[in-house]
Amino acid sequence: MRGSYLLTVLTFLPLAGTLAIFMLRPDDREWIRRIALAISLFEFALSLLLLRGFVLNSADYQFVELHNWIPSPPIHYHLGVDGISLFLVLLTTFLTPIAILASWKSIEDRVRGFFISLLVLETGVIGVFVSLDLFEFFLFWEVMLIPMYFLIGIWGHERRIYAAVKFILYTMLGSILMLVAMIWLYELSGSFDLPQIQNMLVSGQVVLSLRTEQLLFAAFFLAFAIKVPLFPLHTWLPDAHTEAPTAGSVMLAGVLLKMGTYGMLRFCLPLFPEAAHRFAPYVAVLAIIGIIYGALVAMVQTDLKRLVAYSSVSHLGFVVLGLFAFDPTAVQGALYQMLNHGVSTGALFVLVGMLYDRRHTHLIREYGGLATPLPVIAAFFLFVSLSSAGLPMLNGFIGEFLILAGTFVHHVNWASYAAIGIILSAVYLLWAYQRVFFGEVTQDKNRTLHDADRRERVVLVAMAALILWMGIGSVSFTRRTEASTRNVFVLMQRPQIYNARAALSSARPAIPGGVR
Amino acid sequence: MFPPREDILRVMPEIILSVSGILLMLIEPLLTRARRNVLVSLAALGSGLALVSTIYPAMLPGTAFSGLLRIDGFSVFVHVLVEAVAFLVIIGSVDYLDREHIQHGEYYALILFATVGMCVMSSAAELMTAFVALETSSIATYILASYRRDSPRSNESALKYFLLGSFATAFFLYGIALTYGATGTTQLVRMTFPTTAGGERLLDLGLALMLVGLAFKVAVAPFQLWTPDVYEGAPAPVTALMASGPKAAAFALLLRILASVSAAGTFWFWALWVSAALTMFLGNLAAIAQHNVKRMLAYSSISHAGYILVALAAAAASDQVELGVAAVLYYLAVYALMKLGAFILVSQLGGESERHMDIDDFRGLAMRQPVAAACFALFLLSLLGLPVTAGFLGKFYIFQAALASRLIWLAVLLAINTVIAAFYYLRVIVVMYMREPNQTWPPVPMPWAVTFVLSIAAAGTFYLGLFPGRVMALATQAALSLPGR
Repeated sequence: MRGSYLLTVLTFLPLAGTLAIFMLRPDDREWIRRIALAISLFEFALSLLLLRGFVLNSADYQFVELHNWIPSPPIHYHLGVDGISLFLVLLTTFLTPIAILASWKSIEDRVRGFFISLLVLETGVIGVFVSLDLFEFFLFWEVMLIPMYFLIGIWGHERRIYAAVKFILYTMLGSILMLVAMIWLYELSGSFDLPQIQNMLVSGQVVLSLRTEQLLFAAFFLAFAIKVPLFPLHTWLPDAHTEAPTAGSVMLAGVLLKMGTYGMLRFCLPLFPEAAHRFAPYVAVLAIIGIIYGALVAMVQTDLKRLVAYSSVSHLGFVVLGLFAFDPTAVQGALYQMLNHGVSTGALFVLVGMLYDRRHTHLIREYGGLATPLPVIAAFFLFVSLSSAGLPMLNGFIGEFLILAGTFVHHVNWASYAAIGIILSAVYLLWAYQRVFFGEVTQDKNRTLHDADRRERVVLVAMAALILWMGIGSVSFTRRTEASTRNVFVLMQRPQIYNARAALSSARPAIPGGVR
Repeated sequence: MFPPREDILRVMPEIILSVSGILLMLIEPLLTRARRNVLVSLAALGSGLALVSTIYPAMLPGTAFSGLLRIDGFSVFVHVLVEAVAFLVIIGSVDYLDREHIQHGEYYALILFATVGMCVMSSAAELMTAFVALETSSIATYILASYRRDSPRSNESALKYFLLGSFATAFFLYGIALTYGATGTTQLVRMTFPTTAGGERLLDLGLALMLVGLAFKVAVAPFQLWTPDVYEGAPAPVTALMASGPKAAAFALLLRILASVSAAGTFWFWALWVSAALTMFLGNLAAIAQHNVKRMLAYSSISHAGYILVALAAAAASDQVELGVAAVLYYLAVYALMKLGAFILVSQLGGESERHMDIDDFRGLAMRQPVAAACFALFLLSLLGLPVTAGFLGKFYIFQAALASRLIWLAVLLAINTVIAAFYYLRVIVVMYMREPNQTWPPVPMPWAVTFVLSIAAAGTFYLGLFPGRVMALATQAALSLPGR
């Protein structure tokens, strides 16, 4: 599909759409919402064209666009998708209209700025997923912080400023070191172009010394690990999630966290395989701690939104574990779990946001027995909770199963510890569900709540349908991602280094004692 | 003996600037107060014409006036930069001067004279010329700093700047004397080897003293202490000028000495390294504690001088100076744009006699004056170095130069400082966007002149942030045009 401009259009359409919103008067709220929704729906429809044109069984980048941008140092405008980024782009375009619909009534203040921020955020996130030039990737990676910062800081809850500043400082600390690593990589390879660097590494044109590779890996990994977030770098997440408005939480959990795991899969593993192998045990331990710790902390939360936030820490631990198991099945599962988490946790945040719209609190003790006044919301909440807890037939099961199955082959103990997390996730989700929805209505205010209206039902049905489809029709996803996830392991091959190490290890006994 | 025609053309910008300055002083007494437009137009015309006439030195590279000046791509780059700064500051000052009841004529004349000094600094190939240029620019700036006559802070600012600045130029002058003693010349290109016995130590000492003098002028640690007081007290448009123009010129002089005198590269390297690290940390950590926007921006200026020193150290460490020099030049252009924009904006928002300079006075600015807030946010994000803005690419090239010279730890320190800096830049954005307004005064109108300057600064910030190719090519040519070591 050379010569197509689809990715450029997809990336910049939301940004162009903000111009249309700028032309409206700031107090024309209804039209601002409608136009934002129309843009995001059109964007989603366009992104479905990717599915039609996507060539199966190819690990190559598709819909590639390559233009010169900055002559010195050589930086290109290079876009492309493969099986890894394809569905992440679709996830973004799917969740944006959801986020817009979810904030239809809850945002009344500075509406224009809100929807502009959301659309700019969409541009930034899609840019991250389709960039194939390190500089360009970094540009989108950083730019996307600003709209998110405003979303949390302006339209968030009480401690929003603290959360927004914490969010942006954490992320910047990681990413600025990644920038240093990128420029260093350029000094070593002479290129910012990801496929080109990758080719040079695979063919042995550029050989990184082990120390260099480890430092570069560490710099990249730190940036991504903060974003994921991996234990113990997760402390920004509960604050950001809890304080963000619903749309912010949906985008944050749905796609922003995926940028971290995507980065690991796209950069850390294929560019620095040796370092990745050496660091894998430590990463896995952190991931497992994250899985169990996140789940345990989620269990004792009194704040419903914080509970979902900590569940993210737990779920993304699974993704990281799957990536660092170095098994095609587990990586496939990790990729799938990224999508699952985006949909399920996104849906959970939407539901929590609906409760908040009605009662203006996230505290579990303020609720109880909501199944009586809110039967529709209760039903969807149960459905989404079960998907998040990994019930077979729904999406979460497929991802967790693939991760555990793939990990089990190589590391039985990793898989066993991680499996505890699945049990715990059922515990905290169902227990929270029970406290919120079952039993008697304890608060009089809760008796008169109105159930989901038409707009909310549309959102919930769309998400539930996707959850179900990802649970039973997973092949339609995995057959598109398989070639690319397998290709990661091809890209991790390093002929020279292995030869050199083999020579080194065969020579080693001769050094101290000599030939006996 | 009259100098040849080429030499006259080569200093055309300086001639135009001086003549317009003198004309301004001559005309002013003849005009009534109401006719200030004539003065404004003349000043703007003078600096604009000087900018255009830079085409002459650009087309006639070479040494001029028996080797006193060296006109090359480098000097032309800095010429264009400082002339553009002067032009924008003059236009940006008009409404400020009216508001503060300051006489127009002399003020503009002083800006033009300061600019002459800066221009000559960038092309001086000989140290006495450099000294005269430095003094021309400095003395004009001392007076400008005191222009809010009835404000004690402005007087303090000018006095402090004058006393400490005199010390610094004395250091510089003594350094020239010592290097002359060591090498028997004040011509930079001939200073390669000491000619007298024990001259090496003398040369090193001379270079050290010159570094001290110039380090004061660019406000890097440990000679940065004067900056916050001076920047805070001076009229805001003058601060805009001081932060962008003289600093660029002093860095240009440093670079020329660094590139021409081989002893400087090796001898200065560690001094530059340590000073860069110190400056970045001192500037950024102190900026966090500030409540006054001007003071905060002053400390941020210090930290930015530290960033530029990183590139300078990179140039000193490497055999190929051009990467570091080009990074410095690019950053100077970027830095001038964003600092100028920020200070001019603050000068307007500050209100009469700069009363509303507290960060808290900017509360809810986004709701009161969305466009001004967006502009300020843009400059702050650029100072912070966020992608798409010029500040990011400037920093990017500094990182690249540092890593190409294998200054990995200095690059890491720069990275850490970027995050520290994020804290205080973002705080202003928090105040503007995330707090409710509580001001008792009406929104400040934005006159067309200020709007014009801000639009140019904002457009430039985007342009240099997205399409650095052309300007970077010029900066690289400029760097290559320096006499090699």
